Amino acid sequence: MPTVSPQAQVSQNHPEHPSGDKRFKVLDVTMKRNQYSQDALIEILHKAQEAFGFLEEDVLLYVARGLKLPLSRVYGVATFYHLFSLKPSGAHTCVVCLGTACYVKGANALLDTLKAEIDIKPGETTADGQVSLVIARCIGACGIAPAVVFDGKVVGKQTEESVMENIQPWVTGE
Amino acid sequence: MDIAELRKIAQETQVNKPKTCIRCCSSSGCLSSQGDVVRNNLESAIAKAGLKEEVEVRRVGCMGFCGQGPLVEVDPVGSLYEQVTPDQAAAIISTLDPTLPPSESLPFQGDPNHPFFALQHNIVRQNSGHIDPESIEDYIATGGYEQLHHVIYDLTPDQIIAEVTKSGLRGRGGGGYPTGLKWSTVAKMSGKQKYVICNADEGDPGAFMDRSVLESDPHRVLEGMAIAAYAVGANHGFIYVRAEYPLAIKRLQKAIQQAKKYGLMGSQIFDSPFDCKIDIRVGGGAFVCGEETALINSIEGGRGNPSPRPPYPAQSGLWECPTLINNVETFANIVPIIREGGSWYASIGTAKSKGTKVFALTGKVKYAGLVEVPMGMTVRQVVEEMGGGVPDGGTIKAVQTGGPSGGCIPASALDTPIEYDTLLALGTMMGSGGMIVMDDSTNMVDMAQFYMDFCQSESCGKCIPCRTGTVQLYEMLTKLLNKEAKPEDIEKLEALCHMVKETSLCGLGQSAPNPVLSTLRYFKDEYLELVKSE
Repeated sequence: MPTVSPQAQVSQNHPEHPSGDKRFKVLDVTMKRNQYSQDALIEILHKAQEAFGFLEEDVLLYVARGLKLPLSRVYGVATFYHLFSLKPSGAHTCVVCLGTACYVKGANALLDTLKAEIDIKPGETTADGQVSLVIARCIGACGIAPAVVFDGKVVGKQTEESVMENIQPWVTGE
Repeated sequence: MDIAELRKIAQETQVNKPKTCIRCCSSSGCLSSQGDVVRNNLESAIAKAGLKEEVEVRRVGCMGFCGQGPLVEVDPVGSLYEQVTPDQAAAIISTLDPTLPPSESLPFQGDPNHPFFALQHNIVRQNSGHIDPESIEDYIATGGYEQLHHVIYDLTPDQIIAEVTKSGLRGRGGGGYPTGLKWSTVAKMSGKQKYVICNADEGDPGAFMDRSVLESDPHRVLEGMAIAAYAVGANHGFIYVRAEYPLAIKRLQKAIQQAKKYGLMGSQIFDSPFDCKIDIRVGGGAFVCGEETALINSIEGGRGNPSPRPPYPAQSGLWECPTLINNVETFANIVPIIREGGSWYASIGTAKSKGTKVFALTGKVKYAGLVEVPMGMTVRQVVEEMGGGVPDGGTIKAVQTGGPSGGCIPASALDTPIEYDTLLALGTMMGSGGMIVMDDSTNMVDMAQFYMDFCQSESCGKCIPCRTGTVQLYEMLTKLLNKEAKPEDIEKLEALCHMVKETSLCGLGQSAPNPVLSTLRYFKDEYLELVKSE
């Protein structure tokens, strides 16, 4: 009968991760605030993604041990939700909304323009790590369709010209 | 907090307001076009002109005319300014002085009596665009939290449920299940612990009604949830909001905090034995989590896989306790129903579809935005009279409702009154409120493929009909669009649609084929044109 690994108990009592990475402290605080409840897994993964930028294996392991969950369960939840990323994203993120209203108003053409400009497919990051291109199924900005998000900032009524203008600074590194 | 203190806050808030008020929309859409800079500039201009005592610049929620934002309205004169840019703030201020000639750089003035506004009946959106969503005092000044007090001190749970049942309110998330009946079912369940969940996972692409309510009038939803909790015997509520709505999340968090501080939420509300604790759970970007059992699994920290029903959440839901789940818009209707009475609500709308519905009118339409209309209004009235029809003299080809679970209403059926049953008869559904106008440039087979792409990507993968069915349907539609399909492929397409519809575990799979079946019904010629000629 497998026992709880001493590591799991250590992570609840010992404030610092062996690597010394202070971001794990944020996770500790979040897990403690949620009373190490297994039901709080998604809230903790949200916090982890916020702190680390993406959910690398070390982080998933740390959360699994903290909540006394098998890694497979944590991995299963992390990979289910589109929001969680197991790969690092670029310095800049461009999200093209492909919701129905945006689609009807030509979002596909905007996506094609961006794909051609930075030479990657949605879900990928440019080789130099500068720009990630993502599609969203609807961000709820339908009144100003078609909408694109540049580094968290929503801009509406985009055209092929305006998305090029918005992405240029990231491409030229200004 | 007692009722006298509540009314005192209401009175003091109203008394302190200057006669002139410049309202600035601060919902996500207008904010993304620098609506906040416009407001800041207006505030600076007012301060500079020394008018701080006479004029209030108020941050308000969504005014609904989203395609024409940023929006600014001036009371009491009733001016509506559209597409306001930050440098036009000074010009607006100059209009307050009747001795000055109108400035040349004044923003475009819209007509507040245009059918877009005039034909609306604002119940859910009554406060939106009028009050500051980040001020609980503003909400209290409209009579906010009075109904919660009334319910706790003057009514029994049975009386509350009777009123909701009398109203004829049906679930506004798309299901259309009678709300009173659902509340009654949960109330009858035995068990010490019950939960109330607000489904704010608005995942339908093209729908943003719930986002608008949460960003503009969060307390209305909280009060509705608390009344529901009291009626069914719950003391803990969750609002499951999608992560793509950061402003809604922020405003909800602030609202809960403010309500708790005043003793209007949390323990011993209004000093009574009634507790109602409301927590927020943020989604992870999964459309399927809008399905109630998947949503519950998500709150429990798991993958958003749906569960077979029965048992229904009313009987065994969150942590196997009786759970009431309702949509944001459903909860937003509760306060007016308790205030004015169920009979009042039932006098609006039609025999089987009572009350109003908020629609997100978008796509190829002149005036895109949010409209709240009484049930029974025709699609044509909404799309042409209110929405202005297709811009640049185009013609409407179809109006899509119900999102990826719905279908299209062809131009020939635009005079259909909007009701749950009439839309089902057309092969579509009310859905959550997305209403997308398509013109002659839209390829209907392409739209069917678009929706199928969405469904196959969002399928949770648990049941085979949906997991593989949506993929196969997508592949078959692609084959058609690539002109590689044979005539019998259309029959196969239709047969597979029915199989997926009839054997999928949850609503996602059961309704994924709807856009295909709907476009096959009304636009078969477009499918036939794509078939490979021999």
